[in-house]
Amino acid sequence: MKLDGKIPEGPLDQKWTKYKNSVRLVNPSNKRNIEVIVVGTGLAGSSAAASLAEMGYKVKAFCFQDSPRRAHSIAAQGGINAAKNYMNDGDSTYRLFYDTIKGGDYRSREANVHRLAEVSASIIDQCVAQGVPFARDYGGLLDNRSFGGTQVSRTFYAKGQTGQQLLLGAYSALSRQIGKGSVKLYNRHEMMDLVVVDGKARGIIARNMITGEIESHSGHAVVLCTGGYGNVFFLSTNAMGSNVTAAWRAHRRGAAFANACFTQIHPTCIPVSGDHQSKLTLMSESLRNDGRIWVPLHKEDAEAIRAKKLKPTDLPEERRDYYLERRYPAFGNLVPRDVASRAAKERCDAGFGVNATGEAVYLDFASAIMRYGKTAATVQGVHNATEDQIRELGTKVVEGKYGNLFQMYEQIVAENPYKTPMMIYPAVHYTMGGLWVNYELMTTVTGCYACGEANFSDHGANRLGASALMQGLADGYFVLPYTIGNYLADEISTGAISTKTTEFVEAEKAVRERLEGLFKTTGTETVDTYHKKLGKIIWDYCGMARNKQGLEFAISEIRKIREDFYKNVKVPGGMNGVNTELEKATRVADFIELGELMCLDALERNESCGGHFREEFQTEEGEALRVDEAFSYVAAWEFTGDPSAPKMNKEDLIYENIKVQQRSYK
Amino acid sequence: MSNGNMNLTLKVWRQSNSTAAGKMENYQLGGVSPDMSFLEMIDMLNEQIIRKGEDAIAFDHDCREGICGMCSMFINGEAHGPNRGVTTCQLHMRSFKDGDTIYIEPWRAEGFPVVKDLMVDRAAFDRIIQSGGFVSVNTSGRTMDANAIPIPKDDADKAFDAATCIGCGACVATCPNSSAMLFVSAKVSQFALLPQGHPERKERVLNMVKQMDEEGFGNCSNIGACEVQCPKSISIENIARMNREYLSASVKPEN
Amino acid sequence: MGLFTSSLIKKYWMAATGLFLVSFLVVHAGINAMIFFNDGGETFNEWGHFMGTNLIVRTMEIGLFLGLILHIVDGLMLYFQNRKARPIKYAYNKPSASSTWYSRSMALLGTLILIFLVIHLKDFWLKTRVTGLTVMPSHVKIDGVMHENLFAEMLLVFKNPMAVVIYLLGCFSLFWHLFHGFRSAFQSLGLNHRKYASTIELAGSVFSIVISILFASMPVAMYLGWVK
Repeated sequence: MKLDGKIPEGPLDQKWTKYKNSVRLVNPSNKRNIEVIVVGTGLAGSSAAASLAEMGYKVKAFCFQDSPRRAHSIAAQGGINAAKNYMNDGDSTYRLFYDTIKGGDYRSREANVHRLAEVSASIIDQCVAQGVPFARDYGGLLDNRSFGGTQVSRTFYAKGQTGQQLLLGAYSALSRQIGKGSVKLYNRHEMMDLVVVDGKARGIIARNMITGEIESHSGHAVVLCTGGYGNVFFLSTNAMGSNVTAAWRAHRRGAAFANACFTQIHPTCIPVSGDHQSKLTLMSESLRNDGRIWVPLHKEDAEAIRAKKLKPTDLPEERRDYYLERRYPAFGNLVPRDVASRAAKERCDAGFGVNATGEAVYLDFASAIMRYGKTAATVQGVHNATEDQIRELGTKVVEGKYGNLFQMYEQIVAENPYKTPMMIYPAVHYTMGGLWVNYELMTTVTGCYACGEANFSDHGANRLGASALMQGLADGYFVLPYTIGNYLADEISTGAISTKTTEFVEAEKAVRERLEGLFKTTGTETVDTYHKKLGKIIWDYCGMARNKQGLEFAISEIRKIREDFYKNVKVPGGMNGVNTELEKATRVADFIELGELMCLDALERNESCGGHFREEFQTEEGEALRVDEAFSYVAAWEFTGDPSAPKMNKEDLIYENIKVQQRSYK
Repeated sequence: MSNGNMNLTLKVWRQSNSTAAGKMENYQLGGVSPDMSFLEMIDMLNEQIIRKGEDAIAFDHDCREGICGMCSMFINGEAHGPNRGVTTCQLHMRSFKDGDTIYIEPWRAEGFPVVKDLMVDRAAFDRIIQSGGFVSVNTSGRTMDANAIPIPKDDADKAFDAATCIGCGACVATCPNSSAMLFVSAKVSQFALLPQGHPERKERVLNMVKQMDEEGFGNCSNIGACEVQCPKSISIENIARMNREYLSASVKPEN
Repeated sequence: MGLFTSSLIKKYWMAATGLFLVSFLVVHAGINAMIFFNDGGETFNEWGHFMGTNLIVRTMEIGLFLGLILHIVDGLMLYFQNRKARPIKYAYNKPSASSTWYSRSMALLGTLILIFLVIHLKDFWLKTRVTGLTVMPSHVKIDGVMHENLFAEMLLVFKNPMAVVIYLLGCFSLFWHLFHGFRSAFQSLGLNHRKYASTIELAGSVFSIVISILFASMPVAMYLGWVK
């Protein structure tokens, strides 16, 4: 396999402009005869489908949910970055580019990231024109907030529901095209395979999740916008249905899978409460602006708290360890996500965790409440305010800022976070790895594209907050609609693609056999049992910290799980009609194969960078130690037929515009 | 923490497909923890059912954090259960007692036919949006600068409040008339409050109401149950706004 | 667009005819309240005579009936469409958790009012317009002009305790119907705003109470002999 990034020549800030000026176009009368399949309707998928239809292509959009509006982009809370510099605080396209590369620990492609920063401003214009109700200030102009890992305020937001508002914007654009008949929507359809004809992606096999039918759909190109694979961990902040199947099936058909081990563990999630738990809930990163993170300084206190013999509020200041402030005085509680997560794990592993499971740290708003309370008292002219008065005033301020998050926390944990500190623990949130794509977002299968979280391209080894929404919409609205033309220009005389060809028939048959095979076992284990087992192994050995021995162990365990799965899984019901267990089983089967690849990828990368922390590679202070001489590359894994023996291909990362440095937040 | 000790009697609507007849089935479930979410309790019940070799209860769910709008259960006579401002996935078992009997039914409405068990088809909502729930700008990004038109904060906030609708259908499910006005009015309001929505405001409200009527939803008689059970607490002020918009559009259809 | 096909137009008709009927109730209650002058019905009968003979009032009466019929027909259409919108009922429903019984019972309350109205029209309207009053003598001379003695007819009707009970039930239904209907009409016409909502609600409540008590007090007062 030869990896050609197809990065345009010329200076960094002119690459995209030059590309657009020279890219081939498809004339409107030809576009009408070209069909494009878009799988997934999140930010990337909806925006791509809407844009392609707008341009005149015939589009088929697929989603497994009952409506395109339900894709998991909807759950993003914090915001979306854009280099608008409305705040006049020195932001620019270059700074956004630089912050993203640095935040990604120098493991992403310069040209892609710069393009992302370039188009970011258009996203905001586009969304406002679509009626997305971003937060505004009293002058009626758009408001911005700051986010971790940056020194400017460039994050646009809509309270704690930015993802929802952006997705509904893209969904409305998509709905408009569906209403016009230029997009045909296939909801409750799950992609089961990619069909490749003469080396080109020509369609997909999908299962109609209502009737159970296995259907063939053809197109001149296939665009995968199917999100990330965080659910491989079983417990994650992803939606229950989020899965890797579409991407994984494309991988098995020849698409290289890149940097599989780069997963993001978000530091502020609600801790696990028990075995029954099905998913984890994120608390927005914005909480770290005001909350102080701590654990008890002495182990005895931590033990007493775990045994519920001691309340956190009873612990005096001198017996608390504000470990982020201690270790990173410059950034304090606002260090990037990977750093904050690791620090929490380090304390809990050392025995200082605070809930019954020992896997939680405190996020304390008491001092923020008092600080805001004092200001509020001064503003309101309350002299000699008592401590209680100040606390009451401060509580109101905090409620105004984070009210909905506090409510959500109380709903789940049944504790009042205004009175007692929140408990948080890191949880899987985002996957930087994904299908390898070139500058045009094309995978290694000709005619098969990947956008949004499904591809690997822009975030390197760690994603900055509020950048996922930016990337999804950038890919869908402003990048793919240009780059796909360069390929489709060759397809104008291809004509309609038949689904009667051998390739389709065989692919359909293979899918049917694969599904039927799942019913043939005599086992009794539920699908979730395997998923939980797999998730625990990945979490323990390929989670926040990894080491050689653990990874090797994990690989052998995962192989056992895979073998056992096909022997003993119990899938009730049949092929026809709604069968939610069958859906889960096909997804988990692919997660098992992916899990092994993640471990292999992590094992191969003998360095620590971003979300990938190899215990053997750390500084004396316990910080991540990158090995740029050896690992400044993208690991693009090729499927060989055996899930245990993928072949690694390297794309070297070349930094011409940025000086590669060790990240420091001290 | 996770040691469950609640025993429950569950009465669940089972229906094998859209054309089959369905009925309420009884299930006993023990070892339920008060820390479980309602859907985790259903997961547990399903594990029990699958181990017996029976067909799992089909129900819609996805994000499990109250924002995707997929979960949709009518629990003990109320949409999303007894708590306010939450979806079924955010409801926790601590809201119930040991020994309780819980009725679990799908949304009931002509516009929401049952697909299987507790799953219903809400494509009618999508079709309503397709008929006009958008601003017709192209997706080129070549629009005016985002800050070119200042929008009064109050309008922007109201538009946001309307836009927080998650399209779950609880309004229809709880409305004695199975009316979809809260859903439709939330979208109409969002765009009526923003200058970007103004060029199409008349056409939009006429088309969306027409589609809503064609889908077989009932009429609004201002009962107000929808705003009480809406997990996002969307106000029926939005319905009044839609009534205004429609009235003005009917009297003078051109802008 | 048809005048009745759209769900929203139906709402407007319901609200407009409802408010129109409310205006009638004001006039009706106002004139009937003349009995409380306790002047042997003289003022009341004079007004009754005016209402029965004035050409404009008689023309408006046609409008009133049309409005009433429209209100009923529209209401029935809404009722049946709304029933059709939920072909399968919930096995267990708890509507009281989120709405008031009377807001859900407008059709029932309306039907009760209609039944009452039939009785009421038979008692008075039919007699004045078609069959003639039953009370003897049916006419009384006021200022040298012969007037129908509607006041005496009322005294006669309300001698019967059953009639009093029926009228009280009618007023009871009217109260709840108005209690929801008044504010509902404003909502339907799009007049719901944070600023005015509470005022409209208060006005609706006061109006429903005053009108219903005023109407109810008439048969009671006559039956108990407070008004003679």
